[in-house]
Amino acid sequence: MEAVAIKKEAVAVERVDYQVDPSSYKHWRVGFDGPVATVTLDINEDGGIRPGYKLKLNSYDLGVDIEFHDVLQRLRFEHPEVRTVVITSGKQKIFCSGANIYMLGLSTHAWKVNFCKFTNETRNGIEDSSQFSGLKFIAACNGTTAGGGYEMALACDEIALVDDRNSSVSLPEVPLLGVLPGTGGLTRVTDKRKVRRDHADIFCTISEGVRGPRAVEWRLVDAVVKQQQFNDHIRTRALELAKLSDRPEGGKGVVLTPLKRVIDDAGYHYEFVDTQIDAAARTVTLTVKAPAAVTARTVDEILAQGTAWWPLQMVRELDDAILNLRTNHLDVGLWILKTEGNPQVVLDSDAVLDAHKDNWFVRETIGMLRRTLSRIDVSSRSLYAQIEPGSCFAGTLLEIALAADRSWMLDTTDGSGVNTVGLSAMNFGPYPMANGLTRIDSRFYKEEAPIAAIKAATGKLLNPAEALALGLITAAPDELDYADEVRIAIEERAALSPDALTGLEANLRFGIYESMNTRVFGRLSAWQNWIFNRPNAVGPNGALKLFGSGKRAQFDWSRV
Amino acid sequence: MAIDYSERIPNNVDLSNNKTLQRALENWQPAFLDWWGDMGPEGSPNYDVYLRTAVSVDPTGWAHFDHVKMPDYRWGIFLTPQEQNKKITFGDHKGDDVWQEVPGEYRSTLRRIIVTQGDTEPASVEQQRHLGLTAPSLYDLRNLFQVNVEEGRHLWAMVYLLHAHFGRDGREEGEALLERRSGDADNPRILTAFNEQTPDWLSFFMFTFFTDRDGKYQLASLAESAFDPLARTCKFMLTEEAHHLFVGEQGVGRAIQRTCEVMNELKTDDVARLRAAGVIDLPTLQKYMNFHFSVTSDLYGSEISSNAATYYTTGLKGRFEETKLDDDHKLDNNEYEVMDVAGDKILSRHVAALSALNERLRDDWITDVQAGMDRWNRIVAKTGVNFKFTLPHKGFHRKIGMFADVHVAPDGRLISEAEWTHQHQNWLPTADDRLYVHSLMGRVVEPGKFAGWIAPPSRGINNQPVNFDYVRFN
Repeated sequence: MEAVAIKKEAVAVERVDYQVDPSSYKHWRVGFDGPVATVTLDINEDGGIRPGYKLKLNSYDLGVDIEFHDVLQRLRFEHPEVRTVVITSGKQKIFCSGANIYMLGLSTHAWKVNFCKFTNETRNGIEDSSQFSGLKFIAACNGTTAGGGYEMALACDEIALVDDRNSSVSLPEVPLLGVLPGTGGLTRVTDKRKVRRDHADIFCTISEGVRGPRAVEWRLVDAVVKQQQFNDHIRTRALELAKLSDRPEGGKGVVLTPLKRVIDDAGYHYEFVDTQIDAAARTVTLTVKAPAAVTARTVDEILAQGTAWWPLQMVRELDDAILNLRTNHLDVGLWILKTEGNPQVVLDSDAVLDAHKDNWFVRETIGMLRRTLSRIDVSSRSLYAQIEPGSCFAGTLLEIALAADRSWMLDTTDGSGVNTVGLSAMNFGPYPMANGLTRIDSRFYKEEAPIAAIKAATGKLLNPAEALALGLITAAPDELDYADEVRIAIEERAALSPDALTGLEANLRFGIYESMNTRVFGRLSAWQNWIFNRPNAVGPNGALKLFGSGKRAQFDWSRV
Repeated sequence: MAIDYSERIPNNVDLSNNKTLQRALENWQPAFLDWWGDMGPEGSPNYDVYLRTAVSVDPTGWAHFDHVKMPDYRWGIFLTPQEQNKKITFGDHKGDDVWQEVPGEYRSTLRRIIVTQGDTEPASVEQQRHLGLTAPSLYDLRNLFQVNVEEGRHLWAMVYLLHAHFGRDGREEGEALLERRSGDADNPRILTAFNEQTPDWLSFFMFTFFTDRDGKYQLASLAESAFDPLARTCKFMLTEEAHHLFVGEQGVGRAIQRTCEVMNELKTDDVARLRAAGVIDLPTLQKYMNFHFSVTSDLYGSEISSNAATYYTTGLKGRFEETKLDDDHKLDNNEYEVMDVAGDKILSRHVAALSALNERLRDDWITDVQAGMDRWNRIVAKTGVNFKFTLPHKGFHRKIGMFADVHVAPDGRLISEAEWTHQHQNWLPTADDRLYVHSLMGRVVEPGKFAGWIAPPSRGINNQPVNFDYVRFN
């Protein structure tokens, strides 16, 4: 417990930064060969993001995954010519052994959960790019592939395991650590790989894993290949998969330049995104700003603007702000979501996005918007949207209000100023939540009548009464009520149990439709987090605590 | 059309500049007047009544006397003036600045407290609406109407808090306060005692003595609240509540006085002879006291209450005269003695003081009630009659708390169901008793005349003579 306490202090003091640069990667190498990029995991043992453990056997921590996330982002934006990504290891006989157990043993519960959430999002991002952007992934498992290592492989379109009579794929979390393969592993084995449940039961309870023909037979991998043929096999499969992609040959990428930001006690400040933390109230006001005007309407103009193109710059800033708030401000439990600018400009910007959505760069930008908006949905924070005159909750930015647990729109119909929201084509497809539905479909449980009414309002700027009638907002108090009603709701929320709220919000946000991703974030994560809090895992004699000590875990045998 | 709010609604809350409040009251005030027309004193709209109106909070302004028609009564909104740098005096927030706005965390609890208090105000007007038809004198009729309009003003005070601090929810609660009806099975008032009838003037005097005194103690503990607007509102209400208690104590006292006079005239304590002479015999008065004491006692709730503890810890509701008490005002480790029923015995035991705040407030009230009883006994003693009124045991005739499931005699003995069935008509008013009291209720409206069962007061209202025309019927 002492180590955990010390760890907690360290977390509070030293801020985690999600901005990294390829020149300073500690754990990854990226090689390019025509349409194939090879991403090599070669973890520096001494390069942990926090002190106190060594990253042996290609085991990872949050720092490794932050770099991995950066690698993927750069493949998406800087290398449009890449169609297939091969993920492999730079170590002998070991592909990846998953999350570092000593790191987990030292971490606070909050650190573990945030770490798992981010790695989950990165794994989901791999599948997102495969589904929407024509970026295919092969896991070239050239050595032992265990735990989180196999979970990383599971996120890929294909898994090839070297047949060296030794290397296996395994999910040893249950037998070795007394926890679950919680970064999507257990879910993907069934939902994605369709491994039969009795086979999955065996696979998940044997520490040595499965290798050879059985691994293929049980659908754990797609191929088991002799060492001599391994590289050829990967090359062949990579080129085959590349044929499925429509990413442009010889396309010129857009380099992701470092974000310009100022960080101070009030939070994180960017050109189009601002955060103002109220530490005493435990709230943050997160404001997203629209551009003054749409200045790029053709693909050429868009590419010429590159990272300065508003949709991309804004979403990169928003993504960074969200990750920072989630990791570095655990007790800021309520995010007040605001926007600033002209809603018509946002609708115009959306028209440009929609018109060029098949262009690779626009598509990648939409993809990042989708993944970032999805991060908001799965953030364990209360989300209140405040829609006020001067705001621009329209189209893409309306999604922020739709992601919120509640929204207030100041009713200004009797005079002072104009307050509107608006819908665009972007509200009806490109930004599905983790459950695979748009936020509007999800909000109305796919009921046709309300959704048709909302669709019919596309393109118009809606006043508070109209927005309320369509069900797009929670309440539309007038000038006399607004300030007090919002203040009281915020104070009331801030006083409720953070744990209960996290559970409540996660249950309500995703409604009645499940997907593999909601099962990862819901069923799997919830069970994992229960187990992470149980003495059988984290007590002084728990399996996670004693791992590597040579001592046997002492379980409380009562089933709960 | 601009409305002069400060003329129509005397106030010290800057109503003329508070748009939120104006908007709320624009809707609520007509609804209130409708309610007053439907449920206020029966047949009274055209009467000119010599009423006290509070027109400001300073010593000269809070008691302005004039003949007014009750629908034109200027129901005002008054809070005791704000004290600079006032601090919270108890609970977890002790030492912090008092709150001028409702903290979101306590929104629903505070709203509930205010609504529950507010609901009693119109309820008592409804309970008393027929009494005007059987008033024992013009003087008493005027006192009834004074109590009624002030209960109406107390409703305004609570509605002010709801309107000023609780947004749309508050406005809806304000409307609901006018929609509930005392004794209506489908839409009753919140507290049981406020759904009972006030069938006659003896009950009215008892009610104002016992039950309005509960109001005093509730208001006094809310006057300690960390939510300053509530505290200041309740503090001002207490000045008016004092008059209601006076009406009750003096009314019962005059009935006692009259009875004792007739006892002396006839030289008898025979109930039948006294009833034949048209006065209420002392044992019947004792039964009425037993009834109102026990029913009101239930209003304080259970002896052990986690709600009361939470209200205290969070600073919403203090104890009676909190700041005069000598302890840590947090009650983390203090104890309090409560009664308990164990088998066939009534014991006392020590419990955490925090959990016994209802009981403590009830005990404070009982002390105050006892003092009033002592004053009544002095009236008896002065006439030379040999009789003493006594308060029944705390456990007598209770429906809430430790004693709800047992029977306790007025002297504190636990008794069997059989004994209760056999005896209770000796302790509580019977149907015959009530019929008799009812039979005395004739209307006396000639200035200076009084019904035979009640003595005149020693002096009039606001230095007016007793035979002043307190109510003009037009």
